[in-house]
Amino acid sequence: MNANATTNSGIGGSVRRREDSRFLQGRGKYTDDINIAGQTYAVFVRSPHAHARINGIDTAAAAAAEGVAAVFTAEHTKDIGGVPTGWQVHSKDGEPMAEPKHPVLAEGAARHVGDPVAMVIAATRRQARDAAELVTVDYDPQPAAVDMKAALADGAAKVHGDLPGNLCYDWELGDKAAVDEAFAGAAHVTKLDLVNNRLIPNAVEPRCAIGDYDSVSGEHTLYTTSQNPHVIRLLMGAFVLSIPEHKLRVVAPDVGGGFGSKIFHYAEEALVTWAAAQIKKPVKWTAERSESFMSDAHGRDHVTHAELALDANGKFLALRCSTLANMGAYLSTFAPCIPTYLHGTLLAGQYATPAIYCEVKAVFTNTVPVDAYRGAGRPEATFILERIVDQAAAETGVDPAELRRRNMIQPEQFPYQTPVALQYDTGNYEATLDQALKAADYAGFEARRKQSAAAGKLRGVGLSCYIEACGIAPSNVVGSLGARAGLYEAATVRVNPTGSVVVFTGSHAHGQGHETTFAQVVSDMLGIDYDAVEIVHGDTAKVPFGMGTYGSRSIAVGGAAIAKAVDKIIAKGKKIAAHLLEAGEGDIVFENGAFKVAGTDREKSFGDIALTAYVPHQYPLESLEPGLEETAFYDPANFTYPAGTYVCEVEVDPDTGQVTVASFHASDDFGNLINPMIVEGQVHGGLAQGIGQALLENCVYDAEGQLLSGSYMDYCMPRADDLPSFQVDTTVTACTHNPLGVKGCGEAGAIGAPPALINAVVNALNGGGHSIAHLDMPATPQKVWAAMQSN
Amino acid sequence: MSEQITVTVNGDTVSARPAANTLLSAFLREELGLTGAHVGCDTSQCGACVVLVDGKSVKSCTMLARQADGASLTTIEGLAGDGGELHPMQEAFRDNHGLQCGFCTPGMVLSAVDLVSRNPDPSEGEVRRWLEGNICRCTGYHNIVKSIRAAAKVMRA
Repeated sequence: MNANATTNSGIGGSVRRREDSRFLQGRGKYTDDINIAGQTYAVFVRSPHAHARINGIDTAAAAAAEGVAAVFTAEHTKDIGGVPTGWQVHSKDGEPMAEPKHPVLAEGAARHVGDPVAMVIAATRRQARDAAELVTVDYDPQPAAVDMKAALADGAAKVHGDLPGNLCYDWELGDKAAVDEAFAGAAHVTKLDLVNNRLIPNAVEPRCAIGDYDSVSGEHTLYTTSQNPHVIRLLMGAFVLSIPEHKLRVVAPDVGGGFGSKIFHYAEEALVTWAAAQIKKPVKWTAERSESFMSDAHGRDHVTHAELALDANGKFLALRCSTLANMGAYLSTFAPCIPTYLHGTLLAGQYATPAIYCEVKAVFTNTVPVDAYRGAGRPEATFILERIVDQAAAETGVDPAELRRRNMIQPEQFPYQTPVALQYDTGNYEATLDQALKAADYAGFEARRKQSAAAGKLRGVGLSCYIEACGIAPSNVVGSLGARAGLYEAATVRVNPTGSVVVFTGSHAHGQGHETTFAQVVSDMLGIDYDAVEIVHGDTAKVPFGMGTYGSRSIAVGGAAIAKAVDKIIAKGKKIAAHLLEAGEGDIVFENGAFKVAGTDREKSFGDIALTAYVPHQYPLESLEPGLEETAFYDPANFTYPAGTYVCEVEVDPDTGQVTVASFHASDDFGNLINPMIVEGQVHGGLAQGIGQALLENCVYDAEGQLLSGSYMDYCMPRADDLPSFQVDTTVTACTHNPLGVKGCGEAGAIGAPPALINAVVNALNGGGHSIAHLDMPATPQKVWAAMQSN
Repeated sequence: MSEQITVTVNGDTVSARPAANTLLSAFLREELGLTGAHVGCDTSQCGACVVLVDGKSVKSCTMLARQADGASLTTIEGLAGDGGELHPMQEAFRDNHGLQCGFCTPGMVLSAVDLVSRNPDPSEGEVRRWLEGNICRCTGYHNIVKSIRAAAKVMRA
């Protein structure tokens, strides 16, 4: 891709981002930058125990402290609805999942370290913090369920006393009998036990929420760090606080990164909204980083046994996987669908494996809720598949690239129905593999291995061929799978009388650059100046409706909704033009920003049509309304399927176990690109998070459920000197079912990178004379060194 | 009565009486309304709150407001020229897509300005090591490193 082309401001141009001007000058408006006159400050008292009965809470001293406006506990909030989950999964036996109440403040028991127990509100932040110290909670510590396997054993401590045990659901997908039969006839079976390590998303902006209430109009406003303000309005209004939409405004202004963790509706959002109406003053809460660690939903945390059956020629016959997935103490917004519909369905990968069976037990534990984190289910599936394929290659003595190639779905097989429910619309996996191998000089690896060896280092190469499913859809299908919401997107395109355009999009940008990308799409489609298009998002009072940004859906679903609305604008413009030009509507064509009578030189500019729509003196008023504004809802026909090949080389220091990423090459097929510069940036960020998972990051709880990795001192965030510069390029097979031919690019790096890293580390160690089948993430120096000592 | 301090902030002289335990980051954000310095952590790790104190990059959460008495501070709001023209470092971040969500950006830019003032031609490795104290979750640092080296080249010229 050509990230230097700046002259084209339409589709395909690497336009410099318009949002940068404010961010670079400190003029961004993040939630914590908002202050409302008369604002008070909330601080939460959180459980220090993983599991404890709450026998009583003494708030008298706190309530009497200087500046304190109110102290709330479950006694006050028990009639507020629980925080809902948006997806219901059914078990193998047809029974719905266990769905315990998630109270906004702990009711009778605290179920994870960080569970909010009381809310203290005071005139200043410092007063609220000091008063929170005065709240005395009478905890009766209980045994905690922490390890998933132990949590499922008979007699295990129960996270929720009113449930039979800690099993949330026991789900399956695929044809078990066909898989068993294929295994029975296999020439070779590879088996692997894997852990997908628990991660903490760590957007650098901590969560923040401000509740405001107008007692005259009865309107509530919530300012919040959210990826989807309309979803928060729906969940909080309908299920938690019983506020109708027309009395509830949710604003998500500039948001400092999300990566999934800001999709979900959190108790603090409901509490500040509710409390503002109780005390008739605005209430602001800003998380400290240590609160983020113990209250933002975590990610991943799967334990899997996988088996791959191959025939004598190395063709995959069948795959089976059995996974334990951690839900934490309560079900977060999307939690139940992550290890099921976003994980089991991805287990075909890029391969024509004819039979696949997957079963997933979701488990409650006394830990922070676990939900979607960049990739969400797809990194877990990709890690299983790309690790076991690599191990099969090692066991059968076939080059890992060759084994993958032998099994890839071929271009002529599209649309391709996998045995795990998805139908891939398009792709060319082998072409992307070839491009990556060439760019990474895969053929020249042995020479580099020797060079490294001469310098005393073990060098390894690792591949990963990932697929992802983006833009979760269509609504009727996800509804049948347990989703409790639609998964379309909405957009309104308003053409102003003098021809400038405002787009109201339900997508939400928190780093993705939508204000630039979406303006490129509209200016390209309408043939108008890029600067004449403004993008508005993040406010339910401005944007008619929306489902927000997650699952790499913004361009594929949100962009498609905008394109549909623009199509409606053009269609109406043709009617107006036909009237002005005294031609048949069917004779009008729209080209380069002008409505023309086909085959003639008679035309009206887009600006003329806009003005006529609002000054309708010469206008077919009897058949057409004045004005030029259109809304479209776009519900995709299918997921989109980005795919790619990543090639990573590492060097391992045999004395210390330190892994250094020597090179990382990513070739991705995202379909058509709107802004290649932004796409590259998305890939870089995803790769950093994927490499972080593979080498550095790990959320650790001790046996009692204490969070050991609860700060930036303990949780290893990737720093600049942990990472290499990346080489990235793209191939293009256009998505067949959305108007822009786009697929989405936000999560790819985080999905594809981890197995490439671990494959490379295992390759390095085995190339250095060790015999290692697998290494769990993160491959820290200690872990790598220990592996080298024992094998 | 709290002790009075006088600081120069982005060229303006400011006198104030911050409480003894007010951090410089809170003073800037809450008392002066300069919200460009962001608070991303509580352990002085993330670097989103970096400002220049007498030209040197400092995490403003590691300093009490009173310790800034007599100092000259530059925050991200004061880096561009009087006419609004971006500093070469800001321009380079924009031109090289060195930011995404923008939250770590003020600290990154000011930290980088300090680096280039000390080392006019930093290598990729030197830039990466210098950024040890600045966390970015969006960009993977690739384009930040590129931006800083591009700015250094402009600033050398």
